[in-house]
Amino acid sequence: MTAITLNIVVQGILTGLVYGLMALGLSVIFGVMRVVNFAHGEFTVIAMYAAFLLFEMLDVSPLVSLLPIAVAFFFLGYVLQRSLVEPFISRAEHEQFILLVGLATVIVNGLLLVFGPDARPINLPYSFDSFDIGPLFIDKVRVFAALGAVAICTALFLFFRYTRTGTAIRACADNLTGAGVVGLNVKQLYAVTFGLGFACIGAAGTLMATIADASPGLAPAYTLLAFVIVIIGGLGSMAGALIGGVLIGISEALAGFYIQPSMKSMFSFALLILVLVLRPQGLMGRRL
Amino acid sequence: MTALLSIAGISKRFRGLAAVSRVSFDVQPGEIFAVIGPNGAGKTTLFNMIAGAIAPDEGTITFAGEQIQGRRADEIARRGIGRTFQLVRPFPALTVEDNVVIGALMQTTTVSDAQAIARRVMTQLDLFDKRAQTASSLTLPDRKRLEVARALATGPKLLLLDEVMAGLRPTETDRIVATLRDLNRDGLTILLIEHVMRAVTALASRILVLHHGAAIAEGNPEQVLRDPAVVESYLGAESL
Amino acid sequence: MTSLWQNVPTRGKVLCFILLAACTAAPLAADRYLLSVLILVFYFAYLGQAWNLLMGFAGQLSLGHALYLGLGAYTATALWTLFGIGPWLGVLIAIPVAAAAGMIVGWLGWRFSIEGVYFALLTIAFAEFTRIGFDHLQITGASAGLFLSVNSPGSDKWWNLGGGPLLYYYLALFLAAAATLLVAWLRRSPLGYRWLAVREDPQAAQAAGINIMRARMIAMLISSSMTAVGGVFYGFYYRNLFPSQVFDIGRSIEIIMAPIIGGLGTVFGPVVGAILLTPLGESLTALIQHFGINTPGAKSIFYGLTLMVIISLQPSGLWPWLARRLGLDRQRS
Repeated sequence: MTAITLNIVVQGILTGLVYGLMALGLSVIFGVMRVVNFAHGEFTVIAMYAAFLLFEMLDVSPLVSLLPIAVAFFFLGYVLQRSLVEPFISRAEHEQFILLVGLATVIVNGLLLVFGPDARPINLPYSFDSFDIGPLFIDKVRVFAALGAVAICTALFLFFRYTRTGTAIRACADNLTGAGVVGLNVKQLYAVTFGLGFACIGAAGTLMATIADASPGLAPAYTLLAFVIVIIGGLGSMAGALIGGVLIGISEALAGFYIQPSMKSMFSFALLILVLVLRPQGLMGRRL
Repeated sequence: MTALLSIAGISKRFRGLAAVSRVSFDVQPGEIFAVIGPNGAGKTTLFNMIAGAIAPDEGTITFAGEQIQGRRADEIARRGIGRTFQLVRPFPALTVEDNVVIGALMQTTTVSDAQAIARRVMTQLDLFDKRAQTASSLTLPDRKRLEVARALATGPKLLLLDEVMAGLRPTETDRIVATLRDLNRDGLTILLIEHVMRAVTALASRILVLHHGAAIAEGNPEQVLRDPAVVESYLGAESL
Repeated sequence: MTSLWQNVPTRGKVLCFILLAACTAAPLAADRYLLSVLILVFYFAYLGQAWNLLMGFAGQLSLGHALYLGLGAYTATALWTLFGIGPWLGVLIAIPVAAAAGMIVGWLGWRFSIEGVYFALLTIAFAEFTRIGFDHLQITGASAGLFLSVNSPGSDKWWNLGGGPLLYYYLALFLAAAATLLVAWLRRSPLGYRWLAVREDPQAAQAAGINIMRARMIAMLISSSMTAVGGVFYGFYYRNLFPSQVFDIGRSIEIIMAPIIGGLGTVFGPVVGAILLTPLGESLTALIQHFGINTPGAKSIFYGLTLMVIISLQPSGLWPWLARRLGLDRQRS
């Protein structure tokens, strides 16, 4: 493998880890509650703008605003679930879908209204620095973003594995009726799950803002990207979201360089179609 | 005479569990044939294989001289086998009449002809007065009758009834038994899965008993219901 | 057809006549701007009917209908700009192209049991894939777009759809009316019944002898073909095409607005939805611009909010409610 390709692959892996964190939020929500968050990318971009604003106005580095934004998004998700989404869980699937499509439309156009269509970059002092390791020139921002993503994913994994609430949520995902029967407060747990998913979105968006420029146009692309990753990686699998993210990150980076940058998403969509047809449970998911 | 339905050596395994093991029997035209047995004996799996919902692993199913095992469910329906489901599935948002019309459309190409057939079938099954109600608003006995009506409207030669008496009060059971007897008298062959012995003894001319996927007894009611293996596995000593 | 008409209550017949007469006579009284709004109303009513066939009747949620719109538009406009083939002929080629795409999407989805959300995502993936593909298709101008010049020979002839708003007005009106008639007729046909059965419970439908793959494919065939015709209209009416616009998911969402707001699975839903939404959206834009504020996307925010409000409060759409109020409903599914 040539040095260039290696560089691209590494870059793809690092970006892919941030994608994975974003997709993780979707996987958690979809996996536990079967809610199709069609506004996923839109909220990610809101987080990007939040990081951007905190940086521009208060000079706060995204790595610092990571946690506050994630926490704020947790509450956003919690409230959103209890107020808007909860009544739709028992209704026809397409209704919930449409609700979120409507919300996504409102958000993306609202962002357009407030911020305009131009891309807003976050220019960190080390934005153009890189770690030079042998043949590799790895962007510092990407490394930090990837580390941030891995840290949050690990925290979430530990939460689901080792805390009572986490286990309770997994129980709901596994067997809803059973969970209710043993006395779990499903409504509350659902809201917490949504909050956690949104915390991932908030964190991912903040990290993403360091490696991509915030703009409303990114929103639908990120929504679809998140779905592609979750479906390829496998629903309900946290590792799958990360692995899927890395895979997509690598393939997009390679496609972007060797074919054409504007065609990189085409590859992801082709992959999505392939996976839907051939292996709908994704790489790591269990057979539905 | 040649059997209308001929099951030969039918088996089905689900990941290591033998749901049905080499079952064979014949159903003669014009008879009412019952399949009984404890829960999990493989009765519904057997039905699903006859109706085309799942494909058998081995064996043949011959209907009116033609092999139908492994064929799609709608192809089998079009060949003259109608079926009901254990957990009734009428089309919930549609009216009773529309439900039956959909069945009737298998026999005819125009909606008006289908409506005529539907009206006849609904009257036969005591549903005519409720024809404008939505299926989801019906009581369970009526929904069961709707299932039968819809299957009947397709003009089948053989009707598969999957536990149609379940959950019904004795008076309702008797009503459906009477209706089925009338239909049988008019020439309809019926194959039914049942737990309600009252209905089985009233209707069936021959019975097959399944246990753990295998046939343990076959014959007329008097023989089968006294068979010690059947009594032990299913009926219980009190039935004697 | 006659029995179809007979089944409509007298009030409904009167209303239909009034509506049709008003629409036919409108150009006499309406100014250019109002005409353009009405054209949009008919256009969205038409596309809404096309989409409603697949979703409201066959029960399959497609969020990628822009695919057929774009394929129809590009096929016909490319045939015109490259080979001088007029749109009335071009549409005959545009339809099979879009229908073929629809068949592929449908076959992949239904053969492999891709349902609900996953099916919707599949449709989106195909539309997006095609969008990016066309962004790089040099023969149709790639991302720079395809333009119908007003100066090429014959471009002002009515048979090449070169004409003022009046031509497009009556064309759009015709399309909307014809589509509504088609949908009404299909609904009461054996095919319509089969679609309902497949929508309600595919397995039970199979037990009643219905070939569900066939029923769904026919729905997709008709839906995508109709949408393609809408695409031809779009291409020649706006006279320019960009992949990022015509294949965009925004277009797909626009298409579903009228039928959802008006009423999924009903014959008049898309019409009512289009009549309500389009003028409101356009007035909103006009109003905001009147105050000197330039807000791209205000209309979309309005549409998004309306979608959320309606799906929350009146998910079966406004037409069933309206029909009850007007005394037009009957005891039918």
